[in-house]
Amino acid sequence: MENKLDQLFQKKQKNILNIYFTAGFPNLNDTGHIILELEKAGADLIEIGMPYSDPMADGPTIQESGQVALDNGMNLNLLFDQISTIKDKVNTPLICMGYLNQVMQFGEIKFIEKCKESGVDGLILPDLPLDVYESDYKNLLDENNIRICFLITPQTSDERIHEIDRLSSGFIYIVADAAITGNSKGISTKQIEYFERINKMNLKSKKLIGFGISDAQSFNTACQYANGAIIGSAFIRALKDDQQQVSENVSNFIGSILEKV
Amino acid sequence: MTYNINEKGYYGEFGGAFIPEMLYPNVDNLQKSYKEIMYQPDFQEEMKQLLKDYVGRPSPLYFAKRLSEKYKTQIYLKREDLNHTGSHKINNTIGQILLAKKLGKKRIIAETGAGQHGVATATVCALMGMECIVYMGSIDIERQAPNVSRMKMLGAKVIPATSGSQTLKDATNEAIRDWIQHPVETHYIIGSVVGPHPYPDMVARFQAVISEEMKAQLKEQTGNENPNAIIACVGGGSNAAGAFYHYLENEEVQFIAVEAAGHGIHSGESAATSVLGSKGIIHGSRTLLMQTEDGQIIEPYSLSAGLDYPGIGPMHANLIHAGRAEAVSVTDEEALEAAFVLTRMEGIIPALETAHAFAALEKMKFKTQDVVVINLSGRGDKDLATYKKHFETYGK
Ligand SMILES: Cc1ncc(COP(=O)(O)O)c(C=O)c1O
Repeated sequence: MENKLDQLFQKKQKNILNIYFTAGFPNLNDTGHIILELEKAGADLIEIGMPYSDPMADGPTIQESGQVALDNGMNLNLLFDQISTIKDKVNTPLICMGYLNQVMQFGEIKFIEKCKESGVDGLILPDLPLDVYESDYKNLLDENNIRICFLITPQTSDERIHEIDRLSSGFIYIVADAAITGNSKGISTKQIEYFERINKMNLKSKKLIGFGISDAQSFNTACQYANGAIIGSAFIRALKDDQQQVSENVSNFIGSILEKV
Repeated sequence: MTYNINEKGYYGEFGGAFIPEMLYPNVDNLQKSYKEIMYQPDFQEEMKQLLKDYVGRPSPLYFAKRLSEKYKTQIYLKREDLNHTGSHKINNTIGQILLAKKLGKKRIIAETGAGQHGVATATVCALMGMECIVYMGSIDIERQAPNVSRMKMLGAKVIPATSGSQTLKDATNEAIRDWIQHPVETHYIIGSVVGPHPYPDMVARFQAVISEEMKAQLKEQTGNENPNAIIACVGGGSNAAGAFYHYLENEEVQFIAVEAAGHGIHSGESAATSVLGSKGIIHGSRTLLMQTEDGQIIEPYSLSAGLDYPGIGPMHANLIHAGRAEAVSVTDEEALEAAFVLTRMEGIIPALETAHAFAALEKMKFKTQDVVVINLSGRGDKDLATYKKHFETYGK
């Protein structure tokens, strides 16, 4: 079977809208519903956060949503069930994002097989070291046709960016700023210099910019310097508004990002 | 077989650096430079001078006569409680602040549980004129109030960690998030042998002065530099690492690592990681930690803020896993009782963390001629409010 992420990148190279949400938030069984609504509203790529007790790289919004999800009873078995149920109705690529300890405890092989079975196309594991990826995960992921995405930051050296480019099979996640998720506002000239520096490197991988992208303006700016951008915390805040109105919250939010300027 | 770290940053299968890319440049830089910097002659000279004239080292090795009679063995106390600021923590902060200066860093962050590491960090920052921010769980801010005031007087900013169990684990999460957001000017002084490589090894090396002195002192006092056993409490494991360090490969010396069992190992309110824990990742290190089947970290409990941590350093995970160290668990009550025993028999009020190490004496069988060193990691001034509540029960 074709990987939906590969298909997306073949079809679309500009203005890719990647939305992150936390599985099990605001309500335990919203996962499938949110995915279908996101697809309907026009998201190109969906990142499913696997809620974690100690999310090192995440800011307060994602932390809190993860805690709510865990309190709701969210876990990985349930997540895979939720995604499997809707997988035949979804054409949008699905990426799971979480922390390595979750994968280790679930069992690396079982986790990756479950991803494949339930139609997950890629993974983001921010605390997976490159050498551990190469020795323990690369073959498994390739065999199961699942892509891996690595992060780079303004402090990542050029040499390491090339190494990451070589190892990425999904996209490169350009962390827009020295930040945890949900923090910064707007895009500065310094950030633009950084995006331009990356662009001059002629990387083979597709690039999406994330962290601090929150509205149409920051999304559009980011899209000028990459294949697309990622919105997380701002979307989670929108879901919090009225927890009974998940469909409306999704379509209003995506509408506000995609409205033509 | 070696119990020390290998060139990849692992103790056996434990250790490594499982960190998000945002931390990579700083951690990578530390990995490449820490040994080179810390063994430069001028660095060593400055550090040794400070340890001697400012911290008050060497700390005495004291033969505890009455305690020895009670437990029918030869008990020596390594008096880290007599260091400036009152615990072993300053051995590490002196080293790391000098390292931070060499790295050109201007801003220092730290996590703290009992507040001893926070105070030790605030102290060296005052000494060096550096900005200091300490993260501390809200619950710990309450139960270790004297140390919070000390940090503030020293000019540090104390920021409460309000997520999770609001204790050491959460303070560490917040410190890591701070470092992610301030990658250029900031150095993170971790307070124990935890975190991504090279922290466990770097902190162990700075604490190794404990066993270095112990060897010479034992030789002088007993004629033999090897004790039969060394007992130390383990939160993350830095005082234990320092006390064990120069004996790691000397298997004649028994290691006893004492963990906090809180209300009892299986009470659901415990921090006995080596019993309740399994292999996983916490704070960037592959080690033993308390977690659910789903890999969610379990919130620990101990009356002692410095031992209230759901993991242990990778060095200790390996020592225990390999059978080189024996783990002993001690409850809140046993620790409180031991604190009163030590105080009434030797006139030394220990930190609540340290009291756990003394409680292990009740559980061990030593021969009369055995030499047993207890690492007296800190003094109990900060815990008086807690001890006061128990005067009636244990103070009779
Ligand atoms: C006096 C004292 N002993 C022990 C500990 C536990 O830390 P570690 O296991 O790193 O020595 C602490 C921590 O706060 C402490 O203050």
